[in-house]
Amino acid sequence: MSPVSDDRSALSWFFTGMRGLLSLPALILLTSIVGFSAFALESGLTRAEAVFMSFAIWALPAQVILVGTMASGANIAACFLAVTLSSIRMTPMVASVIPEMRTRRTPIWLLLILSHFIAITSWVFAITTLRNVPREHRAIYFAGFGVTLTLTGTLVVAVFYDIVSAFPPAVAGVLFFLTPVYFNASIWASARQPVVKIAFVMGVILGPTLALITPKFDVLCAGLGGGTVAYLIDRARRKRKRMGQGAKR
Amino acid sequence: MIAEYWTFIVIAVAGFLATDIWRWLGVFTGNRLDEDSEALYWVRAVATALVMAVTAKLIVFPNGTLAGSPLWLRLGAAGIGFAVFLATGRKVWIGVAVPMALLVTGLWWVGF
Repeated sequence: MSPVSDDRSALSWFFTGMRGLLSLPALILLTSIVGFSAFALESGLTRAEAVFMSFAIWALPAQVILVGTMASGANIAACFLAVTLSSIRMTPMVASVIPEMRTRRTPIWLLLILSHFIAITSWVFAITTLRNVPREHRAIYFAGFGVTLTLTGTLVVAVFYDIVSAFPPAVAGVLFFLTPVYFNASIWASARQPVVKIAFVMGVILGPTLALITPKFDVLCAGLGGGTVAYLIDRARRKRKRMGQGAKR
Repeated sequence: MIAEYWTFIVIAVAGFLATDIWRWLGVFTGNRLDEDSEALYWVRAVATALVMAVTAKLIVFPNGTLAGSPLWLRLGAAGIGFAVFLATGRKVWIGVAVPMALLVTGLWWVGF
């Protein structure tokens, strides 16, 4: 980013973030949300309930789990447990973005509000684009993208709630595939540090493997275990590199 | 009265609260991390492994219609597509377009 861009107003950065709505990741997410509205309808949620759920949770896996447990007649405590287990991943996702997003003066209440808008798509958006924005405007820039995306996603649920069931099922299946292949490409392309690439490979291998072994805790185990192993491998690699430089070969 | 709003209460408690307490914890944790700290390396690794575990599971164990398609087709489309993406200079649109084209062709070929 050129130094000139520092003169731009906060509001203009909000709009720049908003424009991210027209990016590939946002469009892919909005398509997956169309799929969610069909799922909500089939599972017996009313339009108002589906809309409220989309805005209040704003994490597709958690929404799918909650709809599933509610439909199975589980009580509120069992629903809470199932959803909260899938949402533990939010902590490292949010924690890894916050140091890049804030300045020393960013108030904590603002970060707490903004954190609601961090889900996988906006996390990828944050790790790929925040570095191009002057630090003092990063929070407002993210707000422009995150809040707009959440509101648009919620609107998509409201509009498509009973339209999707008219689509041929193969279309929904193909659309479903967009999300994972997009994450594969964009997360790899945005990885600046080798540790991210090692963690990427760990997650891909451990996710499906652990799903067969510990279906309830698979994602959590894959994240903590795979992430920790990736970190240790990377630390050893960095140490070796430092020692190599120290020897001045 | 309560029964009418019960679903909304379940969504607020078992959905919103169950998810956002972890986001808030992330804010408090992240707020103490320096951008170049060793701890942030670890947090980044854990976050990436988590997201990729979710992603890989979507390919191996999809929900809905795609669940009825052959596993080899989904793995092949994603795997070959990713290899093409790596070989052609890591452009994201290639990483999306190639696997999607392979999946559609494959589904048509197996008569899905």
